[in-house]
Amino acid sequence: MMKFGIIVFPGSNCDRDVAWVTQNLLNLPTRMVWHEETDLADLDIIIIPGGFSYGDYLRCGAIARFSPVMKSVVTHAQQGKIVLGICNGFQILTEVGLLPGVLIRNRDLHFICHRVSLRVERTDLPCTQSYSPGQVITLPIAHGEGRYYANPHILKALEDKGQVLFRYCTPSGEINSTANPNGSLNNIAAITNEEGNVFGMMPHPERASDPILGATEGKELFQSLSLQ
Amino acid sequence: MDKYNACIYITLRPSVLDPAGTAVSSGLKQLGYEGVEGVRIGKYVELTIAATSEESARQQLDLMCDQFLANPTIENYRFELR
Repeated sequence: MMKFGIIVFPGSNCDRDVAWVTQNLLNLPTRMVWHEETDLADLDIIIIPGGFSYGDYLRCGAIARFSPVMKSVVTHAQQGKIVLGICNGFQILTEVGLLPGVLIRNRDLHFICHRVSLRVERTDLPCTQSYSPGQVITLPIAHGEGRYYANPHILKALEDKGQVLFRYCTPSGEINSTANPNGSLNNIAAITNEEGNVFGMMPHPERASDPILGATEGKELFQSLSLQ
Repeated sequence: MDKYNACIYITLRPSVLDPAGTAVSSGLKQLGYEGVEGVRIGKYVELTIAATSEESARQQLDLMCDQFLANPTIENYRFELR
């Protein structure tokens, strides 16, 4: 059975929400991993949760990147094993270089806390295989720095290689600027690396997993990860 | 070892939209400074570094900016030594 590890930095605040989903809702083995740990050999899937690691000082994710655990996370990813970064976790994965681009201040400067529509662009990968191609799902976002940016060269490569997982869209699945909450280039909400084993997403699937919170479309993502 | 005081300026690359700069620009206009344009907001870091020579200090500063203090995807940096 796939074992989940959830990295906990000083300032992480979605770590236990993720553990609630993997351990309590899905009954999957789950271990909390303090940022000073370095032995991750028992883990199959590593999740870097949302929050404000190290107070978001300097840049979001810039300091977490140098935590002792991150060297082991990079090794884990280089072995082809799964790493998923959610929100602050996505920011950390770009800072450490496992994913291209960067997440910067939202276009309209507001911290946005909403449910948004997302179009699923890839369904052949471990974290999205339970969705159907072009499916529109609804997940919450909660961020002040979620505007995906990459230089034109990197963005083109990302699109050419089909590395976009989710895009912000209208409820009917159209990709346009009205549906773009934060000014992300090409409405990008989630991406993967070239190899398809490292995932970064600004939306919070763990906040749409327990029926008591009114939505369960995020639970499928964790379930799907555990089935690969 | 000599001690050097460094002033490091980290600025957004011109291609990156700076909504905070735009907001400050419109604030300045509301204050009556209508000639203001092109406001860009960056970061300023001061630090002291002990090094064997000015050249060594500069090399270390370049490294720390490239690795950590600036993100080359969106930011440029320059520094002055005193």
